Amino acid sequence: MAITKAAPPTADSPEPVATPPQGEPVDAKSADAKSVDARSADSKSLALIVLLLLLVVLQGPIRSALSVPVMQSWMTVFVAVLVQALPFLVLGVLLSAAIAVFVPASFFARALPKRPALAIPVAGMAGAVLPGCECASVPVAGALVRRGVTPAAALAFLLSAPAINPIVLTATAVAFPRNPEMVLARFVASLLVACVMGWLWQRLGRTDWLRPPERPHYEGQSKGAAFWGSVSHDVMHAGGFLVIGAMAAATLKAVAPAGWLRTAADNPLVAILALAVLAVLLSICSEADAFVAASLTQFSLTAKLAFLVVGPMIDLKLFAMQAGTFGRGFALRFAPATFVLAIAGAVLTGAVLL
Amino acid sequence: MNRQAQAAVLFLLGAALLHAGFTNLYLRYVKAGLQPLLLLSGAVLIAASLATVWYEWRGRRKADDAVEHGHDAGDDHGDGHVHREPRVSWLLVLPLLALILVAPPALGSYSAMRTGTALQQPYGYNKLPTGDPLPLTVVDYATRAVYDHGRLIKGRPLDVTGFVALDGAGHPYLVRMALNCCAADAQPVKIALTGKIPPVLQPDKWLEVTGTYTARRTKDPVNNGPIPYLRVTEAKPVPVPKDPYDESWNN
Repeated sequence: MAITKAAPPTADSPEPVATPPQGEPVDAKSADAKSVDARSADSKSLALIVLLLLLVVLQGPIRSALSVPVMQSWMTVFVAVLVQALPFLVLGVLLSAAIAVFVPASFFARALPKRPALAIPVAGMAGAVLPGCECASVPVAGALVRRGVTPAAALAFLLSAPAINPIVLTATAVAFPRNPEMVLARFVASLLVACVMGWLWQRLGRTDWLRPPERPHYEGQSKGAAFWGSVSHDVMHAGGFLVIGAMAAATLKAVAPAGWLRTAADNPLVAILALAVLAVLLSICSEADAFVAASLTQFSLTAKLAFLVVGPMIDLKLFAMQAGTFGRGFALRFAPATFVLAIAGAVLTGAVLL
Repeated sequence: MNRQAQAAVLFLLGAALLHAGFTNLYLRYVKAGLQPLLLLSGAVLIAASLATVWYEWRGRRKADDAVEHGHDAGDDHGDGHVHREPRVSWLLVLPLLALILVAPPALGSYSAMRTGTALQQPYGYNKLPTGDPLPLTVVDYATRAVYDHGRLIKGRPLDVTGFVALDGAGHPYLVRMALNCCAADAQPVKIALTGKIPPVLQPDKWLEVTGTYTARRTKDPVNNGPIPYLRVTEAKPVPVPKDPYDESWNN
């Protein structure tokens, strides 16, 4: 219990470290029970204090290291991805908490068709109503699974929601004013891949791959306590993984050379693969990816479609967040399958529509 | 991470978002249109942190009452304390530090020279602004120079503001990053400078360049995109504009 409120504020000023942790008086009974707990917390706060002292002492060298152009550019992109994603994460988390607390489980049983094979496309289409980017859909899909929605349907929703909602489709139309068929192709390919992934999971998926999202039980608590408990849990949890994804994306943007893209564009097959990989690595919000795709002028429309289909379904920050919500074993199986199917879906749709 | 630490991180995160949203800090990272959502999410995070503290405190008091009255404290008490967020949550402190302590600047010449110019053929031209010299954005000048062959701006003195970037050989460019959503998708639009270039040019310094249209062009070595030249007659340093990015593309 030693890490009280004092801990994070010390991050920006050393003063609070000096004051002894002023946790509320712990009653004797629970203090006894938590002595082990307290000891580990003590060593943790000690480590934190040492770390902060180091930060203060090494301020000069750290500052100069951070002012190198590569580092500045890295930090700007890192902060930008987070500042951009956090509002949508909060939106998704609020929705997920509302689902978890205020919507009875029986609602989903009634709203979705009994047969999972039919529930999947319905859930996929339902993705169209979640206005936001992929950061919002992970916590919502987690809440759906906990609410007893069949995982296959929840996964179809997870994959389709960031790509086929009106905001993203409008952005796509604005970015490709000369190719309105791009909007239709994106919608069709994304929904197709989402449904196929759902059916695939229904056939091949095993429940033990999917770690049920852990969280405290909210039964017996007031609705308010349960709602806010769910909000803060989801923000802390998904937010941590979002940070990992943002770091990866910032590293790519700041370090990887852009020149290799030009050589990749020459071969049509390599071009599709290259843009699919780029979509994974860049981890751009699905509301903005159409503009980036449009700027990759040397690539074919099908390659751009692959970029637009793959990006919202699987990228570095999504992978980190999925691993955090559903377990690493799940993410390691789900991500590659999604990647391959998304490319296949994009190529197929591209061949028909573009 | 226990409940108090959680509440503190949530509070600081919310406060940092509010701070960035109320000042112009957020414009270094995201588009202007995100401001309301940013402020809203900041407020929600602070509310979540206060709620966490409040329910923690209430849960504890209820449990204490229960102990006093000789009841078993039960699960209710344990729940509030035993549950901890995984270590990965501590990573949320990093963006806090970056945003509050460092507040990195908007993307500058380093990213601009690594990325090809994003100039694209427009679907029409806005009406020319009035003024003498004529104030134009970097994007506006570059589009008119390349795709309109300078039809309406030929021979007129022009005012263009952007930051300086130097390529490997030391040739100067005037650049503005164009942004759609956040800095991760920002792309440069470049103008090469010729004429009376100031003798000392520092990358990332903002300049207001007065000059005239010239038909000379070059290619961006990164993506072969077209880069028009601008013949400089005068250049004076200016402070970083309120919104360092060009957002005219994301209407």
